[in-house]
Amino acid sequence: MTVTKTEIIPLTPSQEGLIKSLRDLLPATAVLTDPEDLRPFECDGLSVYRRLPLVVVLPETIAQVQAIMRLCHKLQIPVVARGAGTGLSGGALPLGDGVLLSLARFKKILNIDPHNAMATVQPGVRNLAISEAAAVHGMYYAPDPSSQIACTIGGNVAENSGGVHCLKYGLTVHNILMLKIVTAEGELLTIGAETLDSPGYDLLALMSGSEGMLGIIVEVTVKLLAKPERAQVVLAAFDDVEKAGEAVGAIIAAGIIPAGLEMMDRLAIQAAEDFAHAGYPRDAEAILLCELDGSNAEVSEYILAVREVLNRSGATEVRTAADEAERHLFWKGRKSAFPAVGRISPDYYCMDGTIPRRHLPRVLRQISQWSAEYGLPVANVFHAGDGNLHPLILFDANKPGELARTEEFGQRILQLCVEVGGTITGEHGVGMEKIDQMCIQFKSAELTQFHAVKAAFDPQGLLNPGKAVPTLHRCAEFGAMHVHHGEVKHPELERF
Amino acid sequence: MVAPKINLDKDMSAALQQKVQDAITQNTPLNICGSGSKHFLGRSTQGECLSLVEHRGIIEYDPRELVLTARAGTPLAGIEAELANAGQMLTFEPPHFGAAATLGGTIACGLSGPRRPYAGAARDAVLGCKIINGQGEILSFGGQVMKNVAGYDVSRLMVGAYGTLGVLLEISLKVLPRPAASLTLMHEHSTDESIRYMSHLLTQPMPVDAACHQDGHTFIRIAGSEQAVKHAQKQMGGEPVNDASAFWQSVREQQHTFFSSLKPLYRVMVKPATPALNISGNWLLDWGGAQRWLLSDEPLSVIRERVNAAGGHVNLYRNHAQSGEFFSPLPGPLFDIHQRLKLSFDPHRIFNPDRTYSGL
Ligand SMILES: Cc1cc2nc3c(=O)[nH]c(=O)nc-3n(C[C@H](O)[C@H](O)[C@H](O)COP(=O)(O)OP(=O)(O)OC[C@H]3O[C@@H](n4cnc5c(N)ncnc54)[C@H](O)[C@@H]3O)c2cc1C
Repeated sequence: MTVTKTEIIPLTPSQEGLIKSLRDLLPATAVLTDPEDLRPFECDGLSVYRRLPLVVVLPETIAQVQAIMRLCHKLQIPVVARGAGTGLSGGALPLGDGVLLSLARFKKILNIDPHNAMATVQPGVRNLAISEAAAVHGMYYAPDPSSQIACTIGGNVAENSGGVHCLKYGLTVHNILMLKIVTAEGELLTIGAETLDSPGYDLLALMSGSEGMLGIIVEVTVKLLAKPERAQVVLAAFDDVEKAGEAVGAIIAAGIIPAGLEMMDRLAIQAAEDFAHAGYPRDAEAILLCELDGSNAEVSEYILAVREVLNRSGATEVRTAADEAERHLFWKGRKSAFPAVGRISPDYYCMDGTIPRRHLPRVLRQISQWSAEYGLPVANVFHAGDGNLHPLILFDANKPGELARTEEFGQRILQLCVEVGGTITGEHGVGMEKIDQMCIQFKSAELTQFHAVKAAFDPQGLLNPGKAVPTLHRCAEFGAMHVHHGEVKHPELERF
Repeated sequence: MVAPKINLDKDMSAALQQKVQDAITQNTPLNICGSGSKHFLGRSTQGECLSLVEHRGIIEYDPRELVLTARAGTPLAGIEAELANAGQMLTFEPPHFGAAATLGGTIACGLSGPRRPYAGAARDAVLGCKIINGQGEILSFGGQVMKNVAGYDVSRLMVGAYGTLGVLLEISLKVLPRPAASLTLMHEHSTDESIRYMSHLLTQPMPVDAACHQDGHTFIRIAGSEQAVKHAQKQMGGEPVNDASAFWQSVREQQHTFFSSLKPLYRVMVKPATPALNISGNWLLDWGGAQRWLLSDEPLSVIRERVNAAGGHVNLYRNHAQSGEFFSPLPGPLFDIHQRLKLSFDPHRIFNPDRTYSGL
């Protein structure tokens, strides 16, 4: 992670030409070039990376997006798409010589169709707005990233975002049916269908998590679900993080798939409690939030079973939310954990590795050992049900060297995730941030295959270039070796 | 006397990779084969058989992780038995279409059974895979964890690609606990009544996990905890069906008498609430009305026109020539991307050439 200065460089004649052509295509308010206007677009949620784009465009019709893409294709100008800019991996970081294409004006909900259990929306619609619009029909859109009041559905698709309910209801990829995309050449394509599957290759899967590298998403059809009759959350406190980790496996072994199963450690609990006053036990080493949903009687049955498992797993306290208000409060604490931690430390760095759950105790122990070694506190918040960790490393970017130490610590955590058979990113994406760690997770031939996939959509490499998949050259410079289950691939090769 | 259990597990990756490399050198196309149970699907393909049946065995299965990893040639029945032992199941209830069906063939064809609309398709369950690409390289994508967004989702791209992008070697799947209780309820309905009922259920918080209509009857399977099923039965009414699992198996495996006809069978995909289509023939509606089986002598052009007009698509299934068009045609620019993707995995076009579309 390097902090990029935002300097203003005079425009070249061809750049002047690009801007003039963009102004011909779009209304005056839809083309921004004044540095003050560009400033809000200089970074996404990972603000240590900043760069001013050459120009920001804010189209509001598909035809305008196509015209922009055709123009950029003709002039060979790179394009970075942007939703709400809440991404946490620098995916929407602009390019100094490129166009930043914001989908912020695509805000319409086009159709809610309860009897076909689907909704069609423009890409700039906020995640939560879909569920709000579907609520009159007793339905909702399941994936619920903690950023759901702000992040857009287009960004969700591009990152394949998850949420606290994805153990039971899946990620974005499991909850979308159809996309309209504009290609790098300006062609409008329909990917997927309103039907449950579509002929040809599963390009819908390929688009999910494609980080703006394969096409600009201009319309999204999502699946809606009927809202369960009842949802209830059980909070369990533990005097030991590893016991909490064991309890997660025990709940699943009992044949129960909770709607959400989240864990927070002591530091995260205290920060969240100070921020949201959720009523969490301050003296606990870890808490689990276990949400169960379904019909009234079914939920009661599950609560009994889960309470028993939690008690058997050594919980020091097991509490069921007394009412809807308390249930929301329990979740509010969890969903505001990042900003809450943001208040107790000048900066924090959010990791996103995923591991097979059985390695949870080992990985947690190692993280806390490193935390002591580096002298950097870590607050752990995770989607425990699916093994997705969010260690938040607390640091102060103003202290010399602390950012570098934080990065090194973070990198070791991700490497450990890969070693135990997991991944460097569960839901936040690779973007700019984890591009070097891709060299740890994948072999050269696999990275080459990714580049070939990109080229099938975007032969000139104009969409979000330099993100998500590193060049082999970059990996060589980074010097990391691919590791898998602890074994180093290509031991014959010299390390750079 | 108990016969000793013979362990047939074997890792044939190296031999398979060698065969692919030889095929590249000699420029001979390969027809990737499992047990042959899905041979009737898609276009016929030229090429020497590259058999996966000896490359078999469950590599890793820890019920607490809800993940199973197996070699592509592993018989599906064996995997299901192993899961059942631990009280778990495959989420997508795949059809076998033959006693020896392999996991690889099931995933390559992307087949899902009655539970599909409610619990996801084969592609939704796939977490990772290992393949041999058309350069003869062994590559791994995805992994054994539920959430993974590192790199493009190549594992799911393999599902339903009919082996045209690579040889599947290993597949990791998300699995789930079997529901504690399950019950099938029958209602008498005309086709349109049934469609309205099944799509109404989508808007209700009911533990439906299969819904189909045939010959004046709607069958709804509910599943979940004892309490969930009891509660839903009270709310939904209808007549409990005896031996429901045999019924759903016959629908899934296309052994129901409906499928015994020798007429051309089509798979019609529409939005579930789409009213009955005006195409003469016999219909069986599965997937809550979203997947409709049609036996018809109408010309394909007529069928296609009406299905497309309803916003759906149709492909041939059984009792058709396998030489012409089989799957619904793709628009030009989309097909171009398909061709480029095919070449990005298989530049020499040695894997199942033309199996899905001529030119792929
Ligand atoms: C406090 C906080 C909590 C969060 N919690 C979660 C969480 O629980 N789960 C989770 O998964 N994520 C979470 N995130 C991360 C982030 O919110 C998600 O990644 C989200 O999907 C990003 O959406 P966005 O609209 O902000 O996209 P942006 O940040 O604007 O863009 C993200 C990426 O998508 C591309 N993109 C955006 N729109 C389009 C489009 N229309 N077409 C093509 N490409 C596009 C961009 O180029 C970029 O690569 C959190 C972030 C914050 C700040």
